Amino acid sequence: MTTALLLTVLALVAFAGLAVVVTGDPARQAITLSLFSLTLTVLFLVLQAPDVALSELVVGAAVVPLLVMLTVRKVRGPKP
Amino acid sequence: MTLRVRTAVCLLGAAGVAVLLALAFFKMPSFGGDWHPYRDLVRPIGALHATPNLISSVNFDIRALDTLGEESIVAASVVGVLSLLQPSKEERKSIEPAERPVASAVKLAGYLMLPVTVLLGLDVVLHGHLTPGGGFQGGVVLVTGWHLLYISGSYPALARLRPIDWCEYAEAAGIGLYAVTGILGLGLGTEFLANFLPTGQAGALISAGIVPVLSILVGIAVAGGFLVLLAQFLEQSLIREGSDS
Repeated sequence: MTTALLLTVLALVAFAGLAVVVTGDPARQAITLSLFSLTLTVLFLVLQAPDVALSELVVGAAVVPLLVMLTVRKVRGPKP
Repeated sequence: MTLRVRTAVCLLGAAGVAVLLALAFFKMPSFGGDWHPYRDLVRPIGALHATPNLISSVNFDIRALDTLGEESIVAASVVGVLSLLQPSKEERKSIEPAERPVASAVKLAGYLMLPVTVLLGLDVVLHGHLTPGGGFQGGVVLVTGWHLLYISGSYPALARLRPIDWCEYAEAAGIGLYAVTGILGLGLGTEFLANFLPTGQAGALISAGIVPVLSILVGIAVAGGFLVLLAQFLEQSLIREGSDS
């Protein structure tokens, strides 16, 4: 049971990581990065590391994608 | 440096990393085994100092000095962002949040989640020594939750309820008092950042000696620092281009 769960979550992490790499547009990449961090959060939770999971959730899934999106918006300028 | 030289240097470096990684992996204990040397070292100290959350025991007791270093790194990066991204006076005038209609479902979800996330953030900070979490995680939860004001409300609403000056003071005070707590221990005849307070009963809100004190101080510093950090990024992205020189 535990092994099956672990393998499933690891596969999810690998899939989400691939999605981040495949996404070309940086603005969209922020979203896939956020989803990737969510899968990592689940992995850390399954590996019984709730402290790290919480850090990954708030920093990886919320703050970093937000900073990426704001930076992309600043670099590209306002929408015409 | 030509492309060929750069490729050679890169391959050399990659080969070195690969060799080191392979050496490290072959010496690693097998996954999910029974041999946990760090757990065996940490658990007695966690029990001695009445800290059920061993991670917090590691962060704010056993290696509290490292945490002070980490907090200084956060503070340094916030100062860096502040000096690089702070809008000038002219730029500040041209900050114009675009009034875009927000879906009412998003607004409702935001206003429902705002008190919940803020409460959760406070809970994670205050119970860092008992349950998973601690000052860092709780501080970031607080700040990200606070930004629901921007998502479901408006930027001016967030800007009014976000005293940047006070956040800067809070960050400095958090780190300063962290160091002062360490020096207090030094003055009482123990080491710097030693757990000199009475540890009390395991599981009580006020227990574990200096662990919750340091955790709360880190929470204050991180919440202030991240709020300042996100504020600079938000303001930069809201500056109306073209009007400034």
